[in-house]
Amino acid sequence: MIKIENLKVDLGDFLLRDINLDIRSGEYFIILGPTGAGKTVLLEAIAGLHPVLDGRIWIDGREISRQSAEKRGIGIVYQDQVLFPHLTVEDNIAFGLKLRKRPKGEIKAKVDIMAEIVEIPHLLKRSPATLSGGEKQKVALARALVIEPEVLLLDEPLSALDPEMRERMQEELREMHRRVKVTIIHVTHDFEEAVALGHRVAVLNEGEIVQVGSLEDFLHHPSSEFVARFALSRNIFNGKVVGAEDGCTFVDIGGVRVMAITELRSEVRLSLRPEDILISKEPFQSTARNSFQGVITDIADRGSIVYITVNVLPDSYLTNSAILRRGLDFVCLITKRSFEELKLRKGVSVWVTFKASAIHVF
Amino acid sequence: MSKTGIRAKLHSMNLVFIVLGTVILLFIFVPPLKTMFSSSPGTIWNTLLQTEVYSSILLTVYAALVATLVGLLLGVPLAYILSRHEFRGKRLLEALIDVPIVMPHSAVGIALLFVFGSRFLMGKFLNNIGIGFVDEVTAVVFAMMFVSVPFLIDSAKEGFNAVDVRLEKVARTLGASPWRSFFRISLPLAWRSIFSGSVLMWARGFSEFGAVYIVAGHVPFFGYHPVAAPILVTELFESPGGLGAAQPVTVLLILICLVAFVVFRTVASRGVKV
Repeated sequence: MIKIENLKVDLGDFLLRDINLDIRSGEYFIILGPTGAGKTVLLEAIAGLHPVLDGRIWIDGREISRQSAEKRGIGIVYQDQVLFPHLTVEDNIAFGLKLRKRPKGEIKAKVDIMAEIVEIPHLLKRSPATLSGGEKQKVALARALVIEPEVLLLDEPLSALDPEMRERMQEELREMHRRVKVTIIHVTHDFEEAVALGHRVAVLNEGEIVQVGSLEDFLHHPSSEFVARFALSRNIFNGKVVGAEDGCTFVDIGGVRVMAITELRSEVRLSLRPEDILISKEPFQSTARNSFQGVITDIADRGSIVYITVNVLPDSYLTNSAILRRGLDFVCLITKRSFEELKLRKGVSVWVTFKASAIHVF
Repeated sequence: MSKTGIRAKLHSMNLVFIVLGTVILLFIFVPPLKTMFSSSPGTIWNTLLQTEVYSSILLTVYAALVATLVGLLLGVPLAYILSRHEFRGKRLLEALIDVPIVMPHSAVGIALLFVFGSRFLMGKFLNNIGIGFVDEVTAVVFAMMFVSVPFLIDSAKEGFNAVDVRLEKVARTLGASPWRSFFRISLPLAWRSIFSGSVLMWARGFSEFGAVYIVAGHVPFFGYHPVAAPILVTELFESPGGLGAAQPVTVLLILICLVAFVVFRTVASRGVKV
């Protein structure tokens, strides 16, 4: 188990602060955040490559906060191009074992086993310069794993790969994690990657952890606008609670009154996942409390799914405010098939419908 | 992306530039070539066999080599620090390192005397530990080192800059101490730049006249009392023999520097793919 308590790292122009994490043994843990959030700094601090200003790190109850990198037993794999270019693939993988002065036979055996695990035995004699991106990542994985680290840190390991290779490596990472019992901390800016791989996710922004939890937590209970945006919730509104009845709360968002479920009052923010909004050409008969008529203003075709922006005009149509007259944009997500069946086009009038419980208020 | 062939666009501007370029090329090539081909190989060989000449060349080769080795020992760590760390005043420091390149060389000699002359602090210290300076090999080495070490430091720094810091970081996580990661990763990957910087430094030291002339004339060297080769050329030129007397030694010096330069180019062009 890795426990990080109030970790603080100061790099002069960047500050990582108040990092608290509990990562279970054998967990596949994701740290998600945009570029510049401090993800790499956090990983390198865990690995011992940045001095810790304050706070503590434990692995299995052993404190390592002040230990030098070479004694921590933590492996790291970077995004790209970080094989030792002057060594063969075999010598790259053997590097850590040679430093430990293991007998030659043992080194050979372990390197071979590791090469089997990541499926690169045929590459052992090659020079790194001749490998593809995916092959390089496999060698880097093997090199990190061969010394049997307690924790493996992956810094955007898939980002430098082309989309097809990325998907395959994602699969291989999952498989590798199943076979080798190692705790993985995987850093990424890619939400899809986090969804595909992680048991739990920590969201990092501007040097601070803003939320830790499962994917469901992020989608349904984002702790901040940042997390909500990151979790692909394209619909985020500022609103004001204007009333409540029967456990439902009325929130005014730019002249449109929606019904939500929340204990919060006065100024609030709302998020609504695009896939939770139904689109129809006629008013939709259901228990959903929120249903509005609007006009399609934008269509973004993403292959099998389509994002549709529907502009809903405010209730008080005669308002003088220019902002209110522009109306409110809802981004909805539907499948390509329903998109075609409904014959949706720009300028077409539609109804958007969503449940009060689909709205997250924070 | 391919460059447009010169012939494809023989514009008037290109023509003018080619002519101007040819003038400067001839200016660079002709004097050394003419010098080299106006002596017969026999004359050059006989010149080389003179005690005065070969002891001088050996002294110069040796002193430049010692200067380069000391430069490696002291300059490479500095280059590494400059490549890996940011600190206040780094820019200024980097500029100062290159000052010897722009200093008048006789001024370098004088400046060295002000520190290492027997009346001054470092000179007294050297004397106390039994190392003479003025008119000793030490002075030749120091003068050469002063004017040539910036070439090595700059080149080594470029070499380290080209080594991804993350390679060192990975080495650390795999169990390498900072020392080991330096000697197993950083140094082998930067060695080409360091080596070519060393050749440059050696050749620059070998060619030095002004600074050496000020601090050392004839120095004791393995039973001989030679002067550094560039000084020998000057002495011969000022002798009654004049230009003719100086020529064969000049050819030898040009040849030696050419060899060093070829070595430098060969190493520098065989870039390793990282």
